[in-house]
Amino acid sequence: MTLALAITSLFTAGTALAAISLRNLVHCALALALSFLGLAALYLQLDAQFAGFAQVLVYIGAVAILMLFAILLTRSSERETGSILAPGWVLGAISAAFVFVVLAGTICLSRMLPAPAPVAPEVTVKRIGEDLMTTWILPLQVIGLLLTAALIGAVIIAMRERSSK
Amino acid sequence: MNPLLPLLVLSTLLFAIGFAAVVVRRNAILVLIGIELMLNAANLNFIAFWRYAPHQDPSAGVIFVIFSIAVAAAEAAVGLALVISMFRHYRTVNVDAADSLKG
Repeated sequence: MTLALAITSLFTAGTALAAISLRNLVHCALALALSFLGLAALYLQLDAQFAGFAQVLVYIGAVAILMLFAILLTRSSERETGSILAPGWVLGAISAAFVFVVLAGTICLSRMLPAPAPVAPEVTVKRIGEDLMTTWILPLQVIGLLLTAALIGAVIIAMRERSSK
Repeated sequence: MNPLLPLLVLSTLLFAIGFAAVVVRRNAILVLIGIELMLNAANLNFIAFWRYAPHQDPSAGVIFVIFSIAVAAAEAAVGLALVISMFRHYRTVNVDAADSLKG
Protein backbone atom coordinates (compact mmCIF):
# COMPACT_ATOMS: atom_id res chain seq x y z
CA MET A 1 0.00 0.00 0.00
CA THR A 2 1.59 3.24 -1.12
CA LEU A 3 1.91 6.36 0.99
CA ALA A 4 -0.42 8.33 -1.30
CA LEU A 5 -3.13 5.71 -0.93
CA ALA A 6 -2.69 5.67 2.84
CA ILE A 7 -2.92 9.45 3.15
CA THR A 8 -5.99 9.66 0.90
CA SER A 9 -7.71 6.84 2.77
CA LEU A 10 -7.02 8.45 6.12
CA PHE A 11 -8.28 11.79 4.86
CA THR A 12 -11.48 10.24 3.50
CA ALA A 13 -12.23 8.27 6.65
CA GLY A 14 -11.36 11.19 8.91
CA THR A 15 -13.61 13.67 7.12
CA ALA A 16 -16.41 11.08 6.98
CA LEU A 17 -16.16 10.69 10.76
CA ALA A 18 -16.23 14.47 11.12
CA ALA A 19 -19.28 14.63 8.85
CA ILE A 20 -21.32 12.44 11.17
CA SER A 21 -20.14 13.73 14.52
CA LEU A 22 -19.95 17.52 14.41
CA ARG A 23 -22.59 19.57 16.14
CA ASN A 24 -22.97 22.32 13.56
CA LEU A 25 -24.80 20.90 10.55
CA VAL A 26 -23.09 23.21 8.06
CA HIS A 27 -19.73 21.88 9.24
CA CYS A 28 -21.05 18.35 8.73
CA ALA A 29 -22.06 19.11 5.13
CA LEU A 30 -18.68 20.70 4.40
CA ALA A 31 -16.85 17.73 5.91
CA LEU A 32 -18.98 15.49 3.71
CA ALA A 33 -17.89 17.48 0.65
CA LEU A 34 -14.27 16.97 1.70
CA SER A 35 -14.95 13.27 2.08
CA PHE A 36 -16.29 13.17 -1.48
CA LEU A 37 -13.11 14.92 -2.59
CA GLY A 38 -11.02 12.28 -0.86
CA LEU A 39 -12.98 9.59 -2.64
CA ALA A 40 -12.48 11.34 -5.99
CA ALA A 41 -8.74 11.37 -5.30
CA LEU A 42 -8.93 7.64 -4.57
CA TYR A 43 -10.72 6.99 -7.85
CA LEU A 44 -8.02 8.94 -9.70
CA GLN A 45 -5.34 6.89 -7.99
CA LEU A 46 -7.11 3.72 -9.12
CA ASP A 47 -7.07 4.87 -12.76
CA ALA A 48 -10.82 5.46 -12.92
CA GLN A 49 -10.51 9.00 -14.19
CA PHE A 50 -14.04 9.38 -15.50
CA ALA A 51 -15.52 8.13 -12.25
CA GLY A 52 -13.29 10.56 -10.34
CA PHE A 53 -14.41 13.56 -12.35
CA ALA A 54 -18.04 12.46 -12.24
CA GLN A 55 -17.70 12.19 -8.47
CA VAL A 56 -16.42 15.77 -8.22
CA LEU A 57 -19.02 17.16 -10.61
CA VAL A 58 -22.06 15.35 -9.29
CA TYR A 59 -21.37 14.70 -5.63
CA ILE A 60 -19.45 17.81 -4.67
CA GLY A 61 -21.03 20.06 -7.27
CA ALA A 62 -24.62 18.94 -6.87
CA VAL A 63 -25.31 16.73 -3.86
CA ALA A 64 -23.23 18.66 -1.31
CA ILE A 65 -24.62 21.99 -2.53
CA LEU A 66 -28.14 20.53 -2.35
CA MET A 67 -27.47 19.51 1.25
CA LEU A 68 -26.30 23.03 2.07
CA PHE A 69 -29.43 24.52 0.52
CA ALA A 70 -31.62 22.11 2.47
CA ILE A 71 -29.78 23.08 5.66
CA LEU A 72 -30.40 26.71 4.78
CA LEU A 73 -34.09 26.19 4.03
CA THR A 74 -34.78 24.17 7.16
CA ARG A 75 -32.83 26.58 9.36
CA SER A 76 -30.76 23.68 10.62
CA SER A 77 -27.75 25.96 10.58
CA GLU A 78 -28.91 27.42 13.87
CA ARG A 79 -27.19 26.06 16.91
CA GLU A 80 -28.61 22.68 17.83
CA THR A 81 -29.73 22.77 21.43
CA GLY A 82 -29.88 19.67 23.50
CA SER A 83 -28.47 16.34 22.58
CA ILE A 84 -27.43 15.68 19.02
CA LEU A 85 -27.85 11.95 19.60
CA ALA A 86 -31.08 10.10 18.99
CA PRO A 87 -32.54 8.10 21.86
CA GLY A 88 -31.25 4.57 21.60
CA TRP A 89 -27.99 5.69 20.05
CA VAL A 90 -25.94 3.22 22.05
CA LEU A 91 -27.53 0.26 20.32
CA GLY A 92 -27.08 2.01 16.99
CA ALA A 93 -23.40 2.63 17.58
CA ILE A 94 -22.90 -0.96 18.70
CA SER A 95 -24.64 -2.26 15.57
CA ALA A 96 -22.51 -0.03 13.34
CA ALA A 97 -19.35 -1.31 15.01
CA PHE A 98 -20.64 -4.86 14.68
CA VAL A 99 -21.32 -4.38 10.96
CA PHE A 100 -17.80 -3.05 10.46
CA VAL A 101 -16.10 -5.80 12.44
CA VAL A 102 -18.01 -8.64 10.77
CA LEU A 103 -17.56 -7.31 7.22
CA ALA A 104 -13.92 -6.33 7.62
CA GLY A 105 -13.13 -9.60 9.36
CA THR A 106 -14.77 -11.60 6.60
CA ILE A 107 -12.89 -9.65 3.95
CA CYS A 108 -9.51 -10.00 5.65
CA LEU A 109 -9.93 -13.70 6.33
CA SER A 110 -11.36 -14.43 2.93
CA ARG A 111 -9.56 -16.78 0.58
CA MET A 112 -11.79 -15.84 -2.33
CA LEU A 113 -10.20 -12.53 -3.29
CA PRO A 114 -8.97 -12.60 -6.89
CA ALA A 115 -5.30 -12.33 -7.72
CA PRO A 116 -4.71 -8.66 -8.50
CA ALA A 117 -4.29 -7.58 -12.10
CA PRO A 118 -1.09 -5.53 -12.39
CA VAL A 119 -2.30 -3.16 -15.10
CA ALA A 120 -5.49 -1.15 -14.99
CA PRO A 121 -8.03 -1.91 -17.70
CA GLU A 122 -7.65 0.58 -20.53
CA VAL A 123 -10.87 2.55 -20.44
CA THR A 124 -11.01 5.84 -22.28
CA VAL A 125 -13.89 8.30 -22.29
CA LYS A 126 -14.43 7.35 -25.93
CA ARG A 127 -14.80 3.74 -24.86
CA ILE A 128 -17.24 4.66 -22.11
CA GLY A 129 -19.27 6.73 -24.56
CA GLU A 130 -19.41 3.88 -27.06
CA ASP A 131 -20.41 1.39 -24.39
CA LEU A 132 -23.10 3.68 -23.03
CA MET A 133 -24.57 4.03 -26.50
CA THR A 134 -24.42 0.36 -27.45
CA THR A 135 -24.26 -2.13 -24.59
CA TRP A 136 -25.80 0.08 -21.91
CA ILE A 137 -28.31 2.05 -23.96
CA LEU A 138 -31.32 0.77 -22.05
CA PRO A 139 -29.97 1.66 -18.57
CA LEU A 140 -28.98 5.05 -19.98
CA GLN A 141 -32.53 5.79 -21.11
CA VAL A 142 -33.92 4.52 -17.82
CA ILE A 143 -31.54 6.77 -15.90
CA GLY A 144 -32.71 9.73 -18.00
CA LEU A 145 -36.31 8.89 -17.16
CA LEU A 146 -35.43 8.39 -13.50
CA LEU A 147 -33.68 11.74 -13.26
CA THR A 148 -36.59 13.51 -14.93
CA ALA A 149 -39.09 11.87 -12.61
CA ALA A 150 -36.92 12.61 -9.56
CA LEU A 151 -36.56 16.27 -10.44
CA ILE A 152 -40.25 16.75 -11.14
CA GLY A 153 -41.10 14.86 -7.97
CA ALA A 154 -38.67 16.90 -5.88
CA VAL A 155 -40.12 20.17 -7.18
CA ILE A 156 -43.67 19.04 -6.48
CA ILE A 157 -42.84 17.76 -3.00
CA ALA A 158 -40.99 20.89 -1.97
CA MET A 159 -43.39 23.32 -3.61
CA ARG A 160 -45.27 25.62 -1.33
CA GLU A 161 -48.85 24.36 -1.19
CA ARG A 162 -51.25 26.78 -2.79
CA SER A 163 -54.10 27.52 -0.39
CA SER A 164 -57.28 26.72 -2.31
CA LYS A 165 -59.51 29.49 -1.06
CA MET B 1 -0.69 -8.36 0.55
CA ASN B 2 -3.48 -8.14 -1.95
CA PRO B 3 -3.87 -4.44 -2.87
CA LEU B 4 -7.64 -4.95 -2.79
CA LEU B 5 -7.64 -5.44 0.98
CA PRO B 6 -7.01 -1.90 2.25
CA LEU B 7 -9.52 -0.53 -0.26
CA LEU B 8 -12.21 -2.99 0.79
CA VAL B 9 -11.57 -2.29 4.47
CA LEU B 10 -11.85 1.47 3.79
CA SER B 11 -15.08 0.86 1.92
CA THR B 12 -16.43 -1.15 4.88
CA LEU B 13 -15.35 1.61 7.27
CA LEU B 14 -17.15 4.27 5.22
CA PHE B 15 -20.24 2.06 5.11
CA ALA B 16 -20.18 1.59 8.88
CA ILE B 17 -19.71 5.34 9.38
CA GLY B 18 -22.69 6.06 7.12
CA PHE B 19 -24.77 3.48 8.94
CA ALA B 20 -23.82 5.02 12.29
CA ALA B 21 -24.94 8.43 11.00
CA VAL B 22 -28.35 7.02 10.12
CA VAL B 23 -29.02 5.37 13.48
CA VAL B 24 -27.23 7.66 15.94
CA ARG B 25 -28.11 11.19 14.89
CA ARG B 26 -31.42 12.98 15.39
CA ASN B 27 -31.40 15.28 12.41
CA ALA B 28 -33.04 14.11 9.19
CA ILE B 29 -30.41 15.77 7.01
CA LEU B 30 -27.70 13.84 8.80
CA VAL B 31 -29.59 10.64 8.03
CA LEU B 32 -29.37 11.60 4.34
CA ILE B 33 -25.66 12.33 4.74
CA GLY B 34 -25.26 8.83 6.13
CA ILE B 35 -27.10 7.35 3.17
CA GLU B 36 -24.81 9.20 0.76
CA LEU B 37 -21.76 7.89 2.60
CA MET B 38 -23.07 4.31 2.31
CA LEU B 39 -23.62 4.74 -1.43
CA ASN B 40 -20.12 6.12 -1.82
CA ALA B 41 -18.70 3.16 0.05
CA ALA B 42 -20.39 0.82 -2.43
CA ASN B 43 -19.00 2.86 -5.35
CA LEU B 44 -15.50 2.58 -3.93
CA ASN B 45 -15.98 -1.15 -3.68
CA PHE B 46 -16.93 -1.33 -7.34
CA ILE B 47 -13.96 0.74 -8.46
CA ALA B 48 -11.57 -1.32 -6.33
CA PHE B 49 -12.75 -4.57 -7.88
CA TRP B 50 -12.78 -3.01 -11.34
CA ARG B 51 -9.15 -2.01 -10.96
CA TYR B 52 -7.79 -5.20 -9.47
CA ALA B 53 -9.88 -8.10 -10.68
CA PRO B 54 -9.84 -9.64 -14.16
CA HIS B 55 -12.99 -9.22 -16.20
CA GLN B 56 -14.17 -9.66 -19.74
CA ASP B 57 -16.01 -6.34 -20.06
CA PRO B 58 -13.39 -3.73 -19.20
CA SER B 59 -15.71 -0.75 -18.77
CA ALA B 60 -18.60 -2.33 -16.83
CA GLY B 61 -17.27 -1.31 -13.39
CA VAL B 62 -16.86 2.35 -14.27
CA ILE B 63 -20.22 2.51 -16.04
CA PHE B 64 -21.94 0.95 -13.05
CA VAL B 65 -20.38 3.56 -10.79
CA ILE B 66 -21.56 6.33 -13.15
CA PHE B 67 -25.11 5.02 -12.96
CA SER B 68 -24.83 4.65 -9.19
CA ILE B 69 -23.69 8.29 -8.86
CA ALA B 70 -26.62 9.44 -11.00
CA VAL B 71 -29.15 7.45 -8.96
CA ALA B 72 -27.67 8.70 -5.69
CA ALA B 73 -27.95 12.30 -6.86
CA ALA B 74 -31.60 11.81 -7.83
CA GLU B 75 -32.34 10.16 -4.50
CA ALA B 76 -30.61 12.95 -2.57
CA ALA B 77 -32.73 15.51 -4.41
CA VAL B 78 -35.98 13.76 -3.58
CA GLY B 79 -34.93 13.05 0.02
CA LEU B 80 -34.01 16.64 0.67
CA ALA B 81 -37.28 17.83 -0.88
CA LEU B 82 -39.05 15.53 1.58
CA VAL B 83 -37.03 17.00 4.46
CA ILE B 84 -37.98 20.52 3.39
CA SER B 85 -41.62 19.54 3.14
CA MET B 86 -41.42 17.87 6.56
CA PHE B 87 -39.89 21.03 8.03
CA ARG B 88 -42.73 23.07 6.64
CA HIS B 89 -45.21 20.83 8.42
CA TYR B 90 -43.51 20.09 11.74
CA ARG B 91 -41.21 23.14 12.00
CA THR B 92 -38.38 20.79 12.96
CA VAL B 93 -36.17 18.27 11.21
CA ASN B 94 -35.92 16.01 14.21
CA VAL B 95 -36.69 12.50 12.98
CA ASP B 96 -38.55 11.73 16.20
CA ALA B 97 -41.04 14.48 15.44
CA ALA B 98 -42.52 12.66 12.47
CA ASP B 99 -44.03 9.78 14.42
CA SER B 100 -47.65 9.72 13.29
CA LEU B 101 -49.08 8.53 9.99
CA LYS B 102 -52.01 10.92 10.20
CA GLY B 103 -51.46 13.93 7.95
